[in-house]
Amino acid sequence: MAQLILNHLSKDFGGGRPAVSDVSLKVRPGGFLALLGPSGCGKTTVLRMIAGFERPSDGSIDFGERRLSDASLALPPERRNMAMVFQSYALWPHMTVAENVGYPLKVRGISGSAWQRSVADALALVKLTDYADRRPAALSGGQRQRVALARCLVTSPDVVLLDEPLANLDQHLRKSMEETFRIFHERSGATMIYVTHDQAEAMALATDVAVMHEGRLMQMAPPAEIYARPEGAVVGGLIGRGAVLKLAVPDGAPRGLEWPALREALSGVGGADTQPLRDVLVRPEHVRRDGEGMALRVMSCVFEGERFALTLALPDGQALKAYGDSAIGPGDTARFVVSQGWRL
Amino acid sequence: MLERNDLRSRHRWLRFPIRSRMKSAPRSRAGVRAGASPAAEPRWLVPFVLGCLFLLCLLPLFSLAKAGFAGLVSGRSIGVLTEPATFAAIRNTLITATGGMVVSVVIGALFAFSVALTDVRGKLALSFAFMLPMMIPPQVTALAWVEMTGPASPLLKTLGLAPPLGSPQPLYSLMGISLLLGVQHAPLVFLALKAGLSASPRDGVEAARLSGATPFRVFCDIVAPLSLPGLIAGAAIAFVSGVGNFGIPAILGIPAGIEVLPTLIYTRLASFGAGTFGEIALLSSLIAVIAAAGLLLQQRALAGRDYRIIGLSGGNAAFSLGRFRPFVELVLVAILFLVLVAPLAALVASSLVPAYGVPLNWQTVSLRAYEEILIRQAMTLKALGNSVFLATSAAFGLLAVAVPAAYLMTRRKGWLANTLGILVEIPYALPGIVLAVAFILTFAAPLPVLNVSLYGTIWIILIAYFSSFLAVSLKPVMSAFLQMDPSLEEAARLAGAGFLRRMRDVILPLVAPAAGAAIILVFLIAANELTVSALLWSAGTQTLGVAIFNLDDSGSSDLAAALSVLVVVMVVLLMAALEALANYLPKGVLPWRN
Repeated sequence: MAQLILNHLSKDFGGGRPAVSDVSLKVRPGGFLALLGPSGCGKTTVLRMIAGFERPSDGSIDFGERRLSDASLALPPERRNMAMVFQSYALWPHMTVAENVGYPLKVRGISGSAWQRSVADALALVKLTDYADRRPAALSGGQRQRVALARCLVTSPDVVLLDEPLANLDQHLRKSMEETFRIFHERSGATMIYVTHDQAEAMALATDVAVMHEGRLMQMAPPAEIYARPEGAVVGGLIGRGAVLKLAVPDGAPRGLEWPALREALSGVGGADTQPLRDVLVRPEHVRRDGEGMALRVMSCVFEGERFALTLALPDGQALKAYGDSAIGPGDTARFVVSQGWRL
Repeated sequence: MLERNDLRSRHRWLRFPIRSRMKSAPRSRAGVRAGASPAAEPRWLVPFVLGCLFLLCLLPLFSLAKAGFAGLVSGRSIGVLTEPATFAAIRNTLITATGGMVVSVVIGALFAFSVALTDVRGKLALSFAFMLPMMIPPQVTALAWVEMTGPASPLLKTLGLAPPLGSPQPLYSLMGISLLLGVQHAPLVFLALKAGLSASPRDGVEAARLSGATPFRVFCDIVAPLSLPGLIAGAAIAFVSGVGNFGIPAILGIPAGIEVLPTLIYTRLASFGAGTFGEIALLSSLIAVIAAAGLLLQQRALAGRDYRIIGLSGGNAAFSLGRFRPFVELVLVAILFLVLVAPLAALVASSLVPAYGVPLNWQTVSLRAYEEILIRQAMTLKALGNSVFLATSAAFGLLAVAVPAAYLMTRRKGWLANTLGILVEIPYALPGIVLAVAFILTFAAPLPVLNVSLYGTIWIILIAYFSSFLAVSLKPVMSAFLQMDPSLEEAARLAGAGFLRRMRDVILPLVAPAAGAAIILVFLIAANELTVSALLWSAGTQTLGVAIFNLDDSGSSDLAAALSVLVVVMVVLLMAALEALANYLPKGVLPWRN
């Protein structure tokens, strides 16, 4: 199985800032890469360059030994053996479900019983066998999504691209579709690239997460790694719900900060003249109420069902997020311990 | 003999700002989507489309400019610019076009506000009926009104209201021409205004009501300012269409010796002389200048009035008329009766009388005129055959240009889409009579290499139709492409389908309904066309429009009326066919639907 390699990839549409600039990454064979970032960060443009709908302004895309595109050459999408689930699903309204799913086979000249069998297999996998003769217009959003997925499945593509496939579905359907994607990934063995702005989706599905911001690749790592050890304030602020604090941390300190060091930094916030201020990420699950801790004022308290989300004010006014089991009225003071912090 | 620029005005509602549309497309995603895909289409496609558009759009303009310039330089034609007849024609053109614009604005605005903003009943039927005057050829409209109001009017005679024989026909005047231009072009104002009124969405009106404004205040403060751009645009289109109209002044003006610029070109061409080509080139340039001045005025008036809808708009605003509703409905129906039902009834009546001036009743009714034109007169059958051939060829042939052109204009951006947009606008911005003159000048000389002259054959009419109706064909196809999700084609590409394959399997099936509408629309307009064929026909190549005009000109008003009735029946049937297709068409293709 070959490896998908993006080498110093850039795309400039000619409108000021390049949409994508200097993105280099390698997707492990059969991997599931989530491209994560806020809207307008260039992740969809990267996806469309991999598919061949856009030509890079600079850099190149290779699949194994094969050059897919660079600034001067581009293999047309129809010859890349890739498949894609579009955000709008892109089902052809004039074909039935079976015809939609079987179209890539038809183009490859497969017909008759071989066609029937492949289409039936693909539809069975997404549990749509009974809908084969319907038109897409007669399906619900989740069913259309599964038709689009079956269409990707049917030709064993090398790379499957997913462009915010769950963006148009409700919360409940998303969970079951995530499960379908996971099964699909295991069965097909294809390399999958998944564009999303939802970090929970990215964490739940991917073997690797690549965070993009303003056209640049900020960090790429497995989900647990990127959550525990984010690089830089952008990634730290984007992944999870942590607060990025400016704290005076001594030069020699390790990146993972424990409570004693944090206590010193938090209480020493006023005397920052001696030490440079650094970005420190503190996740709310690491802030807990404890009589031993330092007294912080509660700014707001929001009930979220399974817990209370608190916003706390540090002595110098910086906001810290925490979770609590019980409500604390805004303006009250309580003692908290910060068990972990991560210097960005 | 013929009128030609009416056709242009009739399809002026199809005017669509291609370039502004491309620019105003949502930038973020659409901008990315429209990007050039590697090898998205075969190499011959761009040269093919550019070549066709050059031939249809740019070449005639070059010939016009060349002949006009040559006429000026040689001095043989320059005299036409200082003749009193030319001054009179310019003056008459301006008066009738302005008068027509005022009438159009009054009637069109009344219908647009009533249909778009109030709770009158039968909106679809009202819109459909109100659009009919635009689809009926102007020479037929003029004939119908002449039959209705003249001393020989079978309708008035039957009702006992006819003025005495020998009294002047009141419509043979500048007032009459203005009134009929107004009636003919009122649907253009209606359409422009209705499109503009979609900018006053229901939530905006409701917000104003909640702010404490009475319905009258809402109309003054919210609806009227928002609809002003549409009104200005509609007025400008009505003016430009009036400047280029040939059919109405030809039927009403020529008998009274009132010349406007289009009829002046026509008479000059009929009395062919040494400097004629230079003269008609200069005269058509005058029309083009007046039309351009009208459009420039419109742009000045529209400056700073770009009110786009912000956010989601609900349905259109609906004002409840309460107890005034029956009154408003009565006024609308009365207007429709006056501008549509009564003239058509007079036309039908005229076609049924056995001879000119005989009152119509059960003893005198006769189908002799129909028998005459359908069985005895070889000329009308020949004209029918010619028109059907021309309209069918134009309708189907144009698709071969319109589909690839619309594909390139929606899928590509940058210089190519902009160039195509400008090229397509050229024949569209020119009044039809100007275009016809340009084609005469282009093809008067034998073709190079082949050494055959198209002038005087049916083929020059066909090429002129291609040019004239390109925009009519392009608009529905363009709407279909604009409303098609580009990912449908991209999915087909990833599925492995090459250009021709995905054209056949995905794109053509999806634009088929719009292409069907384009075929019917072009056929409808081309089959009734007069302005182009009036200048380009010769023995054996007359069209239906020419036949009606010539029958009337030679005094056979009963035969002209009968042929006109058949034409109106055909128009209504074709419009009904389009209406039947309505549910499969992209939004905005059928003008009488919301």
